[in-house]
Amino acid sequence: MRLAEQATPPASPRSNPFQEERNGLARRRRVTNQLAVVLTGAFTVLASLFLLYLIVYVAGKGLQFINLDFFTQRPKPPGETGGGWATALQGTAVLIGLAALIGVPLGMAVGIYLSEIGRGRFASLVRFLVDTLTGIPTVIFGLFAWVLIVVPSHSFSALSAGVALGIIMVPTVARATEEMLRLVPKELREASAALGATESRTVLRVVIPAARSGIVTGIMLALARVAGETAPLLLTAFGTSFFNTSLLRPIDAIPLRIFVFTLSPYAIEQQQAFAGALVLIAFVLLTSLAIRWATGGFRVRRR
Amino acid sequence: MQQQVSLVERPLTEAAVAIRDLNAWYDQAQSLFDIHLDIVPLSVTAAIGPSGSGKSTFVRCLNRMHEEVIGARVTGSVEVEGVNIYSTGINPMNVRRHIGMVFQQPNPLPTRSIYENVAIGARINGLAKGQELDELVRRCLGQAALWDEVKDRLRAPPTQLSGGQQQRLCIARALALDPRIVLMDEPCSALDPIATLQIEDLIKQLAQRYTIVIVTHNLQQAARIADRTAFFLSGRLIEENATAELFSRPKKRQTEDFITGRFG
Repeated sequence: MRLAEQATPPASPRSNPFQEERNGLARRRRVTNQLAVVLTGAFTVLASLFLLYLIVYVAGKGLQFINLDFFTQRPKPPGETGGGWATALQGTAVLIGLAALIGVPLGMAVGIYLSEIGRGRFASLVRFLVDTLTGIPTVIFGLFAWVLIVVPSHSFSALSAGVALGIIMVPTVARATEEMLRLVPKELREASAALGATESRTVLRVVIPAARSGIVTGIMLALARVAGETAPLLLTAFGTSFFNTSLLRPIDAIPLRIFVFTLSPYAIEQQQAFAGALVLIAFVLLTSLAIRWATGGFRVRRR
Repeated sequence: MQQQVSLVERPLTEAAVAIRDLNAWYDQAQSLFDIHLDIVPLSVTAAIGPSGSGKSTFVRCLNRMHEEVIGARVTGSVEVEGVNIYSTGINPMNVRRHIGMVFQQPNPLPTRSIYENVAIGARINGLAKGQELDELVRRCLGQAALWDEVKDRLRAPPTQLSGGQQQRLCIARALALDPRIVLMDEPCSALDPIATLQIEDLIKQLAQRYTIVIVTHNLQQAARIADRTAFFLSGRLIEENATAELFSRPKKRQTEDFITGRFG
């Protein structure tokens, strides 16, 4: 009761330490702050608008060609209307599968080595090489597969494209695996070691399961990325308007067909290219949605 | 393998653990100096001392966990029931199968169920399966005073449990290997007072079957549960004695200063 009566009177403007001062420094701080807020906000809006415009434009051009035929029919000969992208869809599916088959085990092995086993100079060298690999233009991987597989076998092939895409995946998967494994707390490793588990058992049964969702995310991102690769496919998969039945024959792919159709003299094919682009964007979008869903929704999660 | 067998079948001798000339390093920094200590079987021995005194390093040397840290190194001998666990040919993995460890932070394996957390040690080492394993899990959870609280959700993830329950789960996990010795590195420092009391009661019961070495920074805790107490300072073992004796009539000046709160 007495305490309430003794409540301090409101601070006079002069003595209030929390009131903003009106000098040059305060004004400068205020202006700088507002400038930073406005600038970052403006550029964020700009970037989002560009992305939005891109999606709307591609959808506006391509949506009319998205129908059952698009997913089930082979491309018609140039100049004829109709036809679909079934061969390209089949090809991209095959190529993603091949790339995953090669890139995931290799990348994960490198990541596990870097995080769990490798020490000292050799590990640093490997890490440096992996980082360099990330920065190499992807057409060079196509060239590599071309020299190593296409030329000796005298044929463009799904296999050579799968190898190129798989190797492109390796650094992304490796670094994602390494980073995720490093996030697994030391206490978990000790728990396993204290039970008499061998090092490999600890890694395989305790550390990797604990990092699973992060590693899966890294793999999916790498897959989404190679799904849209075009340059290496020009030198390896080459493209075809037939369904591919052999890994040693050329194969179609969505990005390849976008490339070919965009350069086509026929308006109908140019427009169909946008449909293909739309499917590719949708694939990447769905992949990242699936990742979000699989790794615990849209909320920010602390490990 | 022969070494491992002898580790189990040796009869109890005078000391459960005989530590001689034990030195330990992290890279160039020496953290233990010439430790000489016998640990009495079927008792609770507490290691006390200020932060950085080497008490944690000391227990980590007793099941060769110390060398899990990169750059860590040990010299000297630790004889567990007559076998030096640092002699050549002894695999640290086998040592850890017989000397359980409970850590400061409860560290159940988050991707395994409560049941699997207890069963994993037995599975790794091929000790039991099927019904036998169910029985083992039940017995260990019972010994860790956790069975009644988790018996209806053995398949649930351990992250549902409270901190104290998680720590008891970790104790059950250590017991599942049927260790001769259980090491505990500040097992209560992340727990609230009630959970701490539960774990302390548990430790006193477990001492009837197991030799327990516990690191604690809490002198009252040492006084409550330990039969014997060892005082560490700057990497040296200053004094070891029956707990009541050490607390009431310390022989060394440094011990007296520490237990009367003059430093640390």
